[in-house]
Amino acid sequence: MLLAALIILPLFGALVSWLIPYDRLRPKVLSLFTFAHLGITIQLLTFTPPESPDGWFHFDALGKIVLLSTSLLFLTCAFYSIGYLKYRRERSNRVICIGMLVCLSAASLVTITHHLGLMWVALETTTIFMAPMIYFNRNARSIEATWKYLLICSVGVALALIGLYFLAYATIVAQVEPSLLLDDLMRDAGKLSSGWVHAAFVFLLVGFGTKMGLAPLHTWKPDAYGEAPGLVGALLSGGLVNLAFLALLRVYQLCLATREIAFFQNALIGMGLFSMIVAAVFMARQADFKRMLAYSSVEHVGIMAVALGLGGKAIFGALFHVFANGLSKGVLFLSSGNIHRSYNSKSTDHVRGALRRLPWSGGLFLAGFIAVTGSPPFAPFISEFTVVSSAFIQGRYIVGTLFLVSLGIIFIGMALTVLPMVMGEAPPDSEKTSYRDSFWMVAAPLFLLLLVFLLGVWIPAPLMTLLKDGAALLEVRP
Amino acid sequence: MITLADQFLVLVLLINFVALGTSRLIFSIRAVAAQGVILGILPALIHPFSWHLVGIILMILVTKGFVIPLLLNRAVRSAEIKREVEPFLGYVPTLLMGAVFTALSFAFAGKLPLLPEHQNYMFVPASMATLMTGFLVLTTRRKAISQVIGYLVLENGIFIFGLLLAEALPVMVEAGALLDLLVGTFVMGIVINHISREFSSLDTSRLTSLKEE
Repeated sequence: MLLAALIILPLFGALVSWLIPYDRLRPKVLSLFTFAHLGITIQLLTFTPPESPDGWFHFDALGKIVLLSTSLLFLTCAFYSIGYLKYRRERSNRVICIGMLVCLSAASLVTITHHLGLMWVALETTTIFMAPMIYFNRNARSIEATWKYLLICSVGVALALIGLYFLAYATIVAQVEPSLLLDDLMRDAGKLSSGWVHAAFVFLLVGFGTKMGLAPLHTWKPDAYGEAPGLVGALLSGGLVNLAFLALLRVYQLCLATREIAFFQNALIGMGLFSMIVAAVFMARQADFKRMLAYSSVEHVGIMAVALGLGGKAIFGALFHVFANGLSKGVLFLSSGNIHRSYNSKSTDHVRGALRRLPWSGGLFLAGFIAVTGSPPFAPFISEFTVVSSAFIQGRYIVGTLFLVSLGIIFIGMALTVLPMVMGEAPPDSEKTSYRDSFWMVAAPLFLLLLVFLLGVWIPAPLMTLLKDGAALLEVRP
Repeated sequence: MITLADQFLVLVLLINFVALGTSRLIFSIRAVAAQGVILGILPALIHPFSWHLVGIILMILVTKGFVIPLLLNRAVRSAEIKREVEPFLGYVPTLLMGAVFTALSFAFAGKLPLLPEHQNYMFVPASMATLMTGFLVLTTRRKAISQVIGYLVLENGIFIFGLLLAEALPVMVEAGALLDLLVGTFVMGIVINHISREFSSLDTSRLTSLKEE
């Protein structure tokens, strides 16, 4: 019952914001519905309903982890939008509010279903409804970004559909009951036709990897993140990325059952390390700070992929990184949106001395940078440290070294962009808009930063249990 | 009935070549619509009658044969363009590549571990050939509309493979996938409209301001 409410409530909210004619009221409606959504999420986390009899809906630990982080992020972004959309009165905010609520509904569906076909449909829905939000600025650059995003991600997700079809065909060839339910597939995994399963995994990795933005399938990412408003960038890099990661986790579970896991793990490590190296190369001397954040997102999906590929203890790091990355990306994108508003530019040539002009936003951006590069005491430090240490414990010295070297280069590259931005004086020719830090636009990223800090020093016991339960689902069983 | 289905699949393959060879956008939209209609008829030929089937067939016919072409036609009309000029790769080379890919699909499908009852039919090779055609159109054309057409052909290719799996795919999932395709095309149509307004052309090779310096 509550599971249905999780899906229907945001859709109802989308309907309401479609009907309301006032731009001023809509962000408040959005906040109200995302707040209710978080309430339901927490209720479901404490009293989890049993698996539905047909096996379609099963709210397991992995789904819980992703849903909790997504719901938190959407709630924060909704409250941020109350302040942000005041500065964007020049155009209607109907599309962005509806888009957010529909995405939230589809995202919830991805996390609660165990039917891979349904999961695919929901994931594709999030892809489509994000497109108009990326196009919020309505200029030539944002349309180019939207077009690339829409086409590359649609084709990518279509490839994942072929992968699913191959899986279904593998069940038919194996003469077991044809199905796309995760539990059925895992039960019959030993009997499935290995050629088809192998091909399916390749397509699923490419498809969901495109949506997640793993290099070399990341080409849409800098454009989309660079041109979308900071608010949308936060949702993309902290929300949609995790959904695609959840889809990969489902594939991973299947791989474990079919004993094709070694191949899949190696592919994940390869793509993950490549993502980190690409990010390190392109982050250096990046003159556009939003594009820099996009490459940081490429880096972090790379970290998650490497962690998943290493297995063992690193799985815990991967799952914890869902929170660590999602929330700290929220801090960075929301505060960078504020800086962008104030300077009306996202080039580091114009944006200097942000700490002096916008003490709150500049400070948050700086703190977000420190957090996201994996410095203690913030949450990403714990997940990254877990990954590195388990790489060395497993004796994968090359992987561990490459991982560390990339992290080091990325830290330097990012610092070279971020520090001049926040320190010093604003150049005299830089524009100064009427933007001032307002309550919601500071409170939202500050709340996320506090969470990132809190998780860095203390993981609450229920969350710890949740993460451990999730990791147990992804362990190699003898 | 299956032989009839095979003949329809031959038609699908021929339409692939129309999509590869024509420069008139309206014509290739019609070709993709015809392909969609054939894909709507195919399930009726290979599956026993049920009301579910009737529902699916109606949905496919309406979306692929009617609504999507309508959306694309509107986009073409408002952008006031008629032809794909100067694709990245000429028509003759793409046609030749299409022929090679089709031949390879047949050769490759013969080697796949298919069910015995699927072995002698064209579903798998036709699906792969259509998929590759979609990719080819998607990557070699400049106009945004042509790229959408390529995407639709690619989806059709996936759909042909899906015909083999009717028992594994519940109606809800198929309907959801179709709805996603429809909304996706709708959004792409809107974006195309804005591209033509912003750049006074539908040439995606002008979309080059975003890159690393």
